[in-house]
Amino acid sequence: MNKNMERLFNGLVKENPTFVLMLGMCPTLAVTTSAINGLGMGLTTTAVLILSNIMIALLRNVIPDKVRIPAFIVIIASFVTLVELLLEGFIPTLYDALGIYIPLIVVNCIILGRAEAYASKNGVIPSAFDGIGMGLGFTVGLTSIGIVRELLGAGQIFGKTIMPSFYEPITIFILAPGAFFVLAGLTAAQNKVKLNNAKKNHTKAVLNDCSGGCASCSQACNESLQKPKESE
Amino acid sequence: MKELLLIAIGSALVNNVVLSQFLGLCPFLGVSKKVETASGMGGAVIFVLTLSSAVTGAIYEFILSPLDITYLQTIVFILVIAALVQFVEMFLKKSMPPLYNALGVYLPLITTNCAVLGVALTNVQKSYSVLSGIVNGFATAVGFTIAIVILAGLREKMEYNDIPQSFKGTPIVLVTAGLMAIAFFGFSGLL
Repeated sequence: MNKNMERLFNGLVKENPTFVLMLGMCPTLAVTTSAINGLGMGLTTTAVLILSNIMIALLRNVIPDKVRIPAFIVIIASFVTLVELLLEGFIPTLYDALGIYIPLIVVNCIILGRAEAYASKNGVIPSAFDGIGMGLGFTVGLTSIGIVRELLGAGQIFGKTIMPSFYEPITIFILAPGAFFVLAGLTAAQNKVKLNNAKKNHTKAVLNDCSGGCASCSQACNESLQKPKESE
Repeated sequence: MKELLLIAIGSALVNNVVLSQFLGLCPFLGVSKKVETASGMGGAVIFVLTLSSAVTGAIYEFILSPLDITYLQTIVFILVIAALVQFVEMFLKKSMPPLYNALGVYLPLITTNCAVLGVALTNVQKSYSVLSGIVNGFATAVGFTIAIVILAGLREKMEYNDIPQSFKGTPIVLVTAGLMAIAFFGFSGLL
């Protein structure tokens, strides 16, 4: 398989940020009240991810190793600001719906994670495809959670009523607690699959216990704190 | 005064930072196994959030606003917060070892806490003054502490329960958090 296609497949399926890596949980839970918001957030993050991956891949030989994480954060924050201003100007409805979660893309683990794990070590084109793959994987994750919540909570998908009229919407699903319940169901389903696989292969399953993503992310950020100290 | 009180109750209970805004979920799920560690984390968050709201609020009002470069807020805030946490850690280590020993482990974890950046941005978005911003930061952190300590207490009890295999670990914690979020809806009558 072509290397670029492999990156796309990797982001969409094998290392899907939402369903497999469980990264970036804050926006996942907060903006998925409807399918359209999930899609918008996903695409916004994708744009930032592609741009920052390209930029970091271009600069990977210029940025000194010791200050790389602060440098990445500045690059990411610049693109987030750019995208935020564009959204405010051209798609104000989405800008209002996502609100504070747009600037918070800066602290989304996926973006810094990809910068550190892939873009800082690979060429521009593969990094761009890696960004597209991861971004689309994230978009698919957010949109599908959004669809589930919107369907159960309002009986609609993308604003179109599709449930029969006798269906009484379970409003709690588009409110805050619903997000926790949907994610809990999702993680439990994932654990079930892992347990079944483990039973088949007679190995022990590694269950999700506070998503590994968090740990790796805080590690990356810890480094960002320690690096400047060393350079002083 | 009444206004400050309303901000405090609003961000500590009604719009709880974790349970209704989903900020700072990582430490909420990760450091909530024991009440003791949870309250340590809570203390560290209260300390950093209050301080960072003061600093970012002042920077916004006295530097970014007069120079008309408010569009740089995201970049400036994230760098200031990272530097601030680092500085606080060094300061505590030198001058207040007991406090450092109590909070030290949790401090580096806090930069990853999106609540810190979230509060700084909310303060700007709602155009709070520096003082209201500090109150908001403090109250948000208190809300975080309340939520994480309650969750830790529940998790300690849950240790002895018979949970379906596939719900062990994160899923059951998320269900618990969801139920807590429903319970916190009760506070919306306060305002």
